Amino acid sequence: MSKFKVNKTYKEINDKIRSGEVVVVTADEIVDIVKEKGPVKAAETVDVVTTATFAPMCSSGAFINFGQSVPTIRASQVWLNNVPAYAGLAAVDCYIGATEACLEDPLNKVWPGEFNYGGGHVIHDLIAGKAVHLKAAGYGTSCYPNRGIEKDIRLSDLRQATLCNPRNGYQNYNCAVNFSNKTIYTYMGTLKPKVGNANYSTSGQLSPLFNDPYYKTIGLGTRIFLGGGEGYVTWHGTQHNPSAERNEKGIPKTPAGTMWVMGDLKQMKPEWIVGVSLRGYGISLAVGMGVPIPILNEEMAQFTAVTDKDIEVQIVDYGNDYPNGINKNYGFATYDELKSGAIVFNGKDVPTVPLSSVAKAREIAEILKDWIQSQKFLLGEPQFTLPTK
Amino acid sequence: MYSKLLILHFPGREVEKPVVCHLTKYYDLTFNILKATILPRKEGIMVLELSGSKKNFKKAVQYLKDQGVIVKNASQEITRDEDKCIHCGACTAVCPTGALAISRPDMYVRFDKTKCSVCELCIATCLTRAMKAEPTTETLFE
Repeated sequence: MSKFKVNKTYKEINDKIRSGEVVVVTADEIVDIVKEKGPVKAAETVDVVTTATFAPMCSSGAFINFGQSVPTIRASQVWLNNVPAYAGLAAVDCYIGATEACLEDPLNKVWPGEFNYGGGHVIHDLIAGKAVHLKAAGYGTSCYPNRGIEKDIRLSDLRQATLCNPRNGYQNYNCAVNFSNKTIYTYMGTLKPKVGNANYSTSGQLSPLFNDPYYKTIGLGTRIFLGGGEGYVTWHGTQHNPSAERNEKGIPKTPAGTMWVMGDLKQMKPEWIVGVSLRGYGISLAVGMGVPIPILNEEMAQFTAVTDKDIEVQIVDYGNDYPNGINKNYGFATYDELKSGAIVFNGKDVPTVPLSSVAKAREIAEILKDWIQSQKFLLGEPQFTLPTK
Repeated sequence: MYSKLLILHFPGREVEKPVVCHLTKYYDLTFNILKATILPRKEGIMVLELSGSKKNFKKAVQYLKDQGVIVKNASQEITRDEDKCIHCGACTAVCPTGALAISRPDMYVRFDKTKCSVCELCIATCLTRAMKAEPTTETLFE
């Protein structure tokens, strides 16, 4: 006997998708539905809630197989548009990491560095259909005598190109401020001295893991929108920390769960995978991601009704504490306050600055909704869900 | 390396002096003349790109002024490549005039050119390099 009044299976929801009867709403829209009807009625009506995020996500990259040359090569070093890729995999496989800078980049020698081109941009260029110049060096073996090749590659010519992001969709993150007396340039953006601004990066009530805070539906095999194509959650992400402190609604108050995601680069669109340059910090990749949450029961309806007011973000000093590994916060701001444009901190109005595009996340949630409604996208039932311990 | 586009106005009585040549000779600057005209009443207009160290650049501008030349910055404007902007909002941290601001509740980043002071801070802060400084005096170069 189930403890829930509403009980749906993945199969039932997928049958509804196939027959066109499925009811899909975004994580913004479900809020009022649960408020008006209550979670049971909402769970009876709604089958899927779409969540999304579009923000710079380090810990991204792509596996690329660039095909053999004649004579054959065991590529031990690879550069793509002069950006080093890791080649210690196999003869013609490499992994291009999003944050790798191109060789001639002065980095922070001219401070703050501009970081105009790197791995994130290579991935974007490939998806945009541009030619990318590949250079590979080998040491020569009996089976792979070639010592070096150069060629232009395009995504359409590659046999495989797979986005593989070991950590995406962080469940909550920090709100960054700077207590020091000078402007600093961080992966959380530019932070003006003496708490001149407060930067944050999450799409709040739209963000996937806030809508399934205990990972009851997300795990290996969850089919997702990834960079404009179909991708999958394949593992829990690196730094996944389910035991972070939570508020009474189950929402973690500090960085918590993460997802490992993969997808085929060939399906992706350049508008949803964008190389980014963070001044003074480095290169990253803005990844558009959308996760459908199946409303299996009233509990899931209640979870997806989370609002920006329920989400608390810890305020962390990046001027002194963070670089010195001091684990400390200066209170919390709700996501609702952060999104309003200013927070009150120590009696002073501090302007808030997002790095995560809520406008674009909303677009992704709508696209995913449309895919499901038009029978283009079925839910993937996870083999196991993300660990809760 | 400091480089700027300048518009020089030479009053009629000054056009015969070789002042531009002196910029190289005395201040170790390089110049690229983009346009030079002498108008009917003998006053001259020259648009040039002047490059070198910032210190020398400033001295040179003072020298030009001392020679009676009217020096103006070839004006620039900031433009946004709408295809590149991902509406993240990072630029709003540095924009001093609120020309770049998030509109609520839709959360798109709006760019109000009339508020822009062309400080150029957004250019290197923009994550996708969507912001550019462009000269507004294109007609001069035709």
